[in-house]
Amino acid sequence: MGIARGAPVRLEGSGPVPTGLGRFGEFGGRFVPESLVPALEQLEEAFRVAWASTEFRDELAHLLTNYAGRPTPVTECRRLSERLGVRVLLKREDLTHTGSHKINNVLGQALLTQRMGKHRLIAETGAGQHGVATATAAALFGLDCTVFMGAVDVERQALNVWRMRLLGAEVVPVESGSATLKDAINDALRDWVGTVEDTHYCIGSVVGPHPYPWMVREFQRIVGDEAREQCRTILGGHDPDVVVACVGGGSNAIGTFAGFLDTSARLIGIEAAGLGLESGQHGASITRGVPGVLHGARSLFLQSEEGQILEAHSISAGLDYPGVGPEHAALASEGRAEYHSATDDEALGGFQVLSATEGIVPALEPAHAIGWLAREAGHEVPSGSTVLVTLSGRGDKDAAQVAERLGTELG
Amino acid sequence: MRLEAHLRARRDAGAKLLVPYVTGGLGPDWLDVVRAVVDAGADAVEIGIPFSDPVMDGPTIQEASQRALDAGATPATIVAEAAKLDVDAPLAVMTYYNPVHHTGHERFAASLADAGIDGAIVPDLPLDELDGWGDAADAAGIETVLLAAPTTPDDRLARICERSRGFVYGVSLLGVTGERDSLAVNATDMGRRLKAMTDRPSLLGIGISTGPQAVEGAAAADGVIVGSALIKRLLDGDGPEGAGAFIGELRKALDE
Ligand SMILES: Cc1ncc(COP(=O)(O)O)c(C=O)c1O
Repeated sequence: MGIARGAPVRLEGSGPVPTGLGRFGEFGGRFVPESLVPALEQLEEAFRVAWASTEFRDELAHLLTNYAGRPTPVTECRRLSERLGVRVLLKREDLTHTGSHKINNVLGQALLTQRMGKHRLIAETGAGQHGVATATAAALFGLDCTVFMGAVDVERQALNVWRMRLLGAEVVPVESGSATLKDAINDALRDWVGTVEDTHYCIGSVVGPHPYPWMVREFQRIVGDEAREQCRTILGGHDPDVVVACVGGGSNAIGTFAGFLDTSARLIGIEAAGLGLESGQHGASITRGVPGVLHGARSLFLQSEEGQILEAHSISAGLDYPGVGPEHAALASEGRAEYHSATDDEALGGFQVLSATEGIVPALEPAHAIGWLAREAGHEVPSGSTVLVTLSGRGDKDAAQVAERLGTELG
Repeated sequence: MRLEAHLRARRDAGAKLLVPYVTGGLGPDWLDVVRAVVDAGADAVEIGIPFSDPVMDGPTIQEASQRALDAGATPATIVAEAAKLDVDAPLAVMTYYNPVHHTGHERFAASLADAGIDGAIVPDLPLDELDGWGDAADAAGIETVLLAAPTTPDDRLARICERSRGFVYGVSLLGVTGERDSLAVNATDMGRRLKAMTDRPSLLGIGISTGPQAVEGAAAADGVIVGSALIKRLLDGDGPEGAGAFIGELRKALDE
């Protein structure tokens, strides 16, 4: 019994609840200014009750089906498979309303915001996809919305900035630090410290203080739960050999992994290698980070010798973050998931090859996963393997940037 | 010199407490700024150890931190320089948890103790996450000041007052550091709640910018902390003398 498009979404799964104050192994926690602690306690309680209630799950499932367009299909890629010598399946989050997996999480958090009686959403965004998703939910629910975005990202994601403003959100360009995602999170936190009584901070990935990494994973597990059932239908009752997803903060990857944790599938997260791991210009916080505490959680971060957080670099704004969600740090240290990386150029290659072979233009973030697979098919991924790749979003937002990089013109 | 003992003695002698914040490494003469504010009547001084991502700080202190970092300041250099201070007031560092975590709890606590620093304020390390650092700090004789916020409920406030060392830092408003036009309505409330809850010295901080605001805040609590208003003057080019004059004004207002 597979999942057909048009059949209503069911929300049945739940993963392990992190222990204590949100610990995944030695990672996680709640390292925030005192002003925020009561709000996080309230949010944790609200989520705990909501996630245990069929009424909440039904309401969210209804939205995911009738508004976001779930379930998304798994697409078999015949031409790409032929070219790479491995069987490639894509989980199509690019087909959701607003064009990325970010909508899954945001609809859940918007429902919770309503339940908590708050009337304003704030969010940070890198690629703009989470900002667009949040602005969309705010419009849908009639909430005020402010989105913080690094000034560099405002520049490279002009389309999404325009969309957010059209949807009624205020977009605040952040000039401090590296003017990218990390700094947008800082400013969102600063705003929240002052507005916590009527504002919900809608965090866009499995990062931040407890309960965010847990809650966002549960809202994103729909990706993996659906994909697993769909793969079994396609693969005659089997799971894929390898499951691959790109890792910025890690939400699409953890949502995907959640569906396959108890299978024997190899779980592989792809980080941004930027200009190369040796260049120091990358976003590979698991591969090259060390334990630290930032944005409310203990996890792995790119840091200087003195414990200052370093600027990340990636061609894709959504992977341009010097840290990663604590559950990924734990999965890496337990060895349950592996983390590899792909460079800017390999991502561009992935962007082009998927477009040309399958007629699917991916976002630059999952293009890293495609680019990595194109490099490693027949090596790290043995010929003949079946590989599920989560296509976390579509590439429209990146068109101008990629055109420029490739020396072509948009129109 | 013990932070709490000193502040208690001053308070019990009838003084209103005044604690300025100085960003470590901000300008080559930052040690002279610390000396100047002590000479001008500071009861203790907070020395900021700059961090790349200071989420509890508004634009003024953020900029000061960035300038200090650009000038090459590190937690180790600031602590080492602070060791040269021979002033008549206790010192506490104010920093974020990552530099502490990165250095290691025991090592960081020992480095503070060796430098003659008495306390530490770590605004993103709340009561619930305090243990590792708190134990190491206690063992090294470093007094860790905890923050209380307007949103903190009474039962939690009681636990914060109990676990805090040195003094209790009452956050006077919901928001980050930065100058404000008037004292927040929350401030006097916070001060009264703390005074009713604990005998430990209680100071109000965040947003306190002028003499009249300091007086109003100190009437509700035992004293005030002044950061951005002082840092703004330093960023605008005031040196130790200007810093001393400003703190002297506040001192005078509080003593009247
Ligand atoms: C399409 C897409 N994929 C992936 C990401 C990376 O985020 P995460 O690792 O949380 O999925 C983003 C973030 O903006 C995105 O827009």
